[in-house]
Amino acid sequence: MIKITDLSKKFNSHLSLDNVNIEFNINDSVALMGANGAGKTTLIRSILGYYHPSSGGVLVNGLDPITERTEVLKHISFVPQLPPPIKLSVSELIFYVCKSSGVDEKRIYHYANEMKFDIKSNLSKSFFKLSGGMKQKLLIAISLAKESEIVIYDEPTANLDPKAREDFHTLIQESKKEKLALFVTHRIEEVQEIVNRQVYMDLGKIVSDEKV
Amino acid sequence: MRNLFLIAYLDLKESIRANWFIVYSLVFGGLIALFFIAGITESQVMGFSGLSRLLLMYIQVTIVILPIFILITTVRSISGDRDSHILEYMLSFPISLKQYYWGKVFGRFITVFLPVFMAMVFAILYGMFKGAEVPLNLFFLYTGLLFAMSSAFLGIAFFISSIVKSSEMALGISFFIWIFLLAFIDIALISLMMQQRINAELIIGIAMINPMEIFRVAAISLFDPELTVMGPVAFYILDMMSQKVFVFISIVYPLLLGILFAFLGFKIFAKKDLV
Repeated sequence: MIKITDLSKKFNSHLSLDNVNIEFNINDSVALMGANGAGKTTLIRSILGYYHPSSGGVLVNGLDPITERTEVLKHISFVPQLPPPIKLSVSELIFYVCKSSGVDEKRIYHYANEMKFDIKSNLSKSFFKLSGGMKQKLLIAISLAKESEIVIYDEPTANLDPKAREDFHTLIQESKKEKLALFVTHRIEEVQEIVNRQVYMDLGKIVSDEKV
Repeated sequence: MRNLFLIAYLDLKESIRANWFIVYSLVFGGLIALFFIAGITESQVMGFSGLSRLLLMYIQVTIVILPIFILITTVRSISGDRDSHILEYMLSFPISLKQYYWGKVFGRFITVFLPVFMAMVFAILYGMFKGAEVPLNLFFLYTGLLFAMSSAFLGIAFFISSIVKSSEMALGISFFIWIFLLAFIDIALISLMMQQRINAELIIGIAMINPMEIFRVAAISLFDPELTVMGPVAFYILDMMSQKVFVFISIVYPLLLGILFAFLGFKIFAKKDLV
């Protein structure tokens, strides 16, 4: 599904990814770990087609995420570590997601409800005015409603309380069949129950990759 | 196309709610209201009277404040979204960069053009209601000029927004460009350059590539070219070519300039790392 070959990414003189070679396949549920600056986010952003590689490349379902970004992104759901301060209202954000990605609005409501987030009473509120936890719940609901083959979560539970984390894990376990899930995390215990592969990065390299 | 309009529509909705848009609309609407309250339409100075005088005053003020308003409100459009990681999330959906960028340009154009245009429409309607003679030729000329000027500075703003990494830098560059172009309009230009004994052709040439000066000269081109308010460069330009040719240039040139800068901005946006 995702094939990364000899991928290096340099920012000025800093080498953020150093000749990374790795493959992620369907039914992999991966914990991507490493210290700050290990290159996890750079790797994720390269998969999403945000960075132009300094050398090497990324293929998602055989497609280049930069030149064929719309085709690639149809199959990816992404939740960032910190919800961005989007100034759209909740209803506008849902409208954007539904129109751009063909997501069924009812599914967003369904997953938001599962995450104990009441969309209806917050529809007219600006997204950035919601609490951190509410924002994260909505983004998770959107990612699940998109029903993508590839889901990428960057510290998805950072803003969630223990109950919401539990809800998130339950939903992921229910929906992870026939999917590739990538979880960027610092704490393995957060995702231990839902991953079957652990990848460690350090100084831009993959230092260990093991099935669990 | 559908996604382009989606981006434009959402950008428009977001902008209309923003504080800057309220201030922006109040400034231009307030200017017109102020002119009416001050009785400008009833007075006559140097051959200008009624709505013509009001529109001329409006356009003279607009020359100075419209570019900086457009620059500072637009320049953060992409760089601000990049800074705050909004771009990272919004572009994780299957929207092409072309749709995203041009959708933003389109939406922002409506946002910046509509208040200045509507303020002028309001002036015309109120003038008609008060029984003043409506200078339609002036109204259409100014509509064309405002359209072209908005395009030019919007294009420049998107270009800056694409090349810089932070919105603070984008703001700094915007102010510099505005001050620079403002310094090179007519009086300042000619006095500075005459001091340096620079030849007339070069002075006129510099004036002609400055969209603010083109706008200024075109705005007064319908009036008697003998008027001293024009300034020497404006007088020289209008003496050199016919008024119709100059008006055509004054609308087409800034329009093309804006499209060129917006296009270059897109090329850079698509070639650079997105976040």
